[in-house]
Amino acid sequence: MADEIAPEYDVIVLGTGLTECILSGVLSVKGKKVLHIDRNDHYGGEAASVNLETLFKKYGNFASGTEPWKQYGRLNDWNIDLVPKFLMSSGELTNILVSTDVTRYLEFKQVAGSYVQQGAGSKATVAKVPSDAAEALRSPLMGIFEKRRMKSFIEWVGQFDAKDPATHKGLDMATCTMQEVYDKFGLEPGTKDFAGHAMALYQTDTYLAIKGGAPEAIERLRLYGNSVARYGKSPYIYPLYGLGELPQGFARLSAIYGGTYMLNTSVEEVVYGGDKAVGIKATMRGIEPEMKFETRAKLILGDPSYFSSKVRIVGHVLRAICILKHPLASTNDSDSCQIIIPQSQVGRKNDIYIACVSSAHNVCPKGYWIAIVSTIAETSANHHLELAPGIERLGRIEEQFMGPPIPLYEPLEDGTKDQIFISKSYDATSHFETTTDDVRDIYRRLAGEELVVEGLREGIQVAAE
Amino acid sequence: MTDNAPKPSSSVKLVLLGEAAVGKSSLVLRFVNNDFQENKEPTIGAAFLTQKCNLPTRTIKFEIWDTAGQERFASLAPMYYRNAQAALVVYDLTKPTSLIKAKHWVAELQRQASPGIVIALVGNKLDLTGDVAGSGGDPEDAGAEDSGDARKISTEEAKSYAEEEGLLFFETSAKTGYNVTEVFTAIANAIPETSLKTARGAGAAHAAGRTEEQRVNLNGPRDVNAKDSCAC
Repeated sequence: MADEIAPEYDVIVLGTGLTECILSGVLSVKGKKVLHIDRNDHYGGEAASVNLETLFKKYGNFASGTEPWKQYGRLNDWNIDLVPKFLMSSGELTNILVSTDVTRYLEFKQVAGSYVQQGAGSKATVAKVPSDAAEALRSPLMGIFEKRRMKSFIEWVGQFDAKDPATHKGLDMATCTMQEVYDKFGLEPGTKDFAGHAMALYQTDTYLAIKGGAPEAIERLRLYGNSVARYGKSPYIYPLYGLGELPQGFARLSAIYGGTYMLNTSVEEVVYGGDKAVGIKATMRGIEPEMKFETRAKLILGDPSYFSSKVRIVGHVLRAICILKHPLASTNDSDSCQIIIPQSQVGRKNDIYIACVSSAHNVCPKGYWIAIVSTIAETSANHHLELAPGIERLGRIEEQFMGPPIPLYEPLEDGTKDQIFISKSYDATSHFETTTDDVRDIYRRLAGEELVVEGLREGIQVAAE
Repeated sequence: MTDNAPKPSSSVKLVLLGEAAVGKSSLVLRFVNNDFQENKEPTIGAAFLTQKCNLPTRTIKFEIWDTAGQERFASLAPMYYRNAQAALVVYDLTKPTSLIKAKHWVAELQRQASPGIVIALVGNKLDLTGDVAGSGGDPEDAGAEDSGDARKISTEEAKSYAEEEGLLFFETSAKTGYNVTEVFTAIANAIPETSLKTARGAGAAHAAGRTEEQRVNLNGPRDVNAKDSCAC
């Protein structure tokens, strides 16, 4: 078997998270010889979807000798995401999926609703995020005069063109802040809150004061609006069987174009020639006898867990995965939804997100809902209190899985010096836009050019297709 | 197209499994293109082939998935088995180890795939044996090359294993085309009517009601000028 491993590859990829799998797929399509390794026996790394038994064992929250997962139906019916996210239906990941034809291996459904909370505690109300001018007029989130201001704001965002000063309402886009834009329309603080956090999807309020930051915020509002417009109910779509299907789909793409896959394989050593990484020593386990091998590569890319000395921690995410037997209150009995609790509504600096999916997406047996509450840690203890405003929205909880704060890593260097290109951890945002930004960034660093996915597979000879 | 009411058409996901070089892709190429390539390179890119199989009462559209080499180091993704309604487990009847490997894949399918999956065990390369049937497809061609009988696995051995496990069983030659269409027709016939969903897109709505409607087709045309005309 070892003789099937080539002495040299163009690229070795370590970890099968989404970022790594997209890059592996793209590089294989572009004709690079790729060896793709994961130390785990499954695809997905930190962003895998797992069954209930695996989840219980990961968190260890059951008495030894008991098997609590057995009371929750067929184990194979569970696909619980470790990192909760949705795809923006007009976002970049959708674009990459379509351009690479990975859509062939996956099926998607809409997420039924996008909601936002106003107020806190017993006074909290949860309402649908208005996605167009007509919904703004019906929304309970605003009073009658504010609705009209919001309507004209939304209409203006729709017509906005960064290149055409005539659409800028007399504001200088090079210097003006988003705060100034809101003020121009006379929007109230509560409206700014849901526009900035539930539509532009900023997690904090720092965006408000950035000079020249308005065009980006407006672009994010447009992405939200365009995403809603695409399928109608919410800006989000979600793959059947869970997010873990996404890396598997891109891994298949990579394999189809010649990529070699090895799960259950640990990397003992990265081999250097001078300053540059030139190969790895690794062992494939789970077979008798274990297979030790060494191979070389022009460059190595991977997730932070394979390069602990080359990354730093930039924050911590708090996350509680909850199993419910009912839909979330005030969501019109949705089979799936997102609720955003903007930070200012509950006296925080970072928003709290709730992502909820159910059997409609083949991630659990009928009659169950999976709700994941997350936020960025702001304190060093009692983290459950930070998540409490989100947990309160869930009602009765059958099972709750919450571990210690999850560190978010970033590479120390850009990789051009040592030829090791490291991805960022999956952050607390509710979508994949930052993940695809990272994919593009890594590609630029390692290839010295921009990644263009449009038409990627066209003109490439593939046997028997 | 005729004006007659069309027969119901259903998509069936079929996965290919088997040791390297037993002729998995060749069987499919014979079925799909009625073509055979001598000394074919190991599969790269045979990603997703489709072929229709016309039955008297319905049409089955096979969506055929190749392993893309991910089985080489035991790294097939669960996605591969997901919702597969049929599997073709192929061995080379001149190579005993390939039947052992085939049995391993059958066990793996029974563990990982949907309970109702139809599995066909197929012994390929019948043209390399002395069987009349195997060379029957194209006697001139086969007769010239095959002087001896290279068969190492008897029909009885494989057949009795297939019966034990409830598998369909065929011996084929991708090279001559012998029995190839028969395998796929038998699979199509064996798939229970109840497990068939209507082809995606073609009147799929009635099958699973509300939940089906929410399925989205990312490849569909975008809203006209979606980029320019915001819903806002």
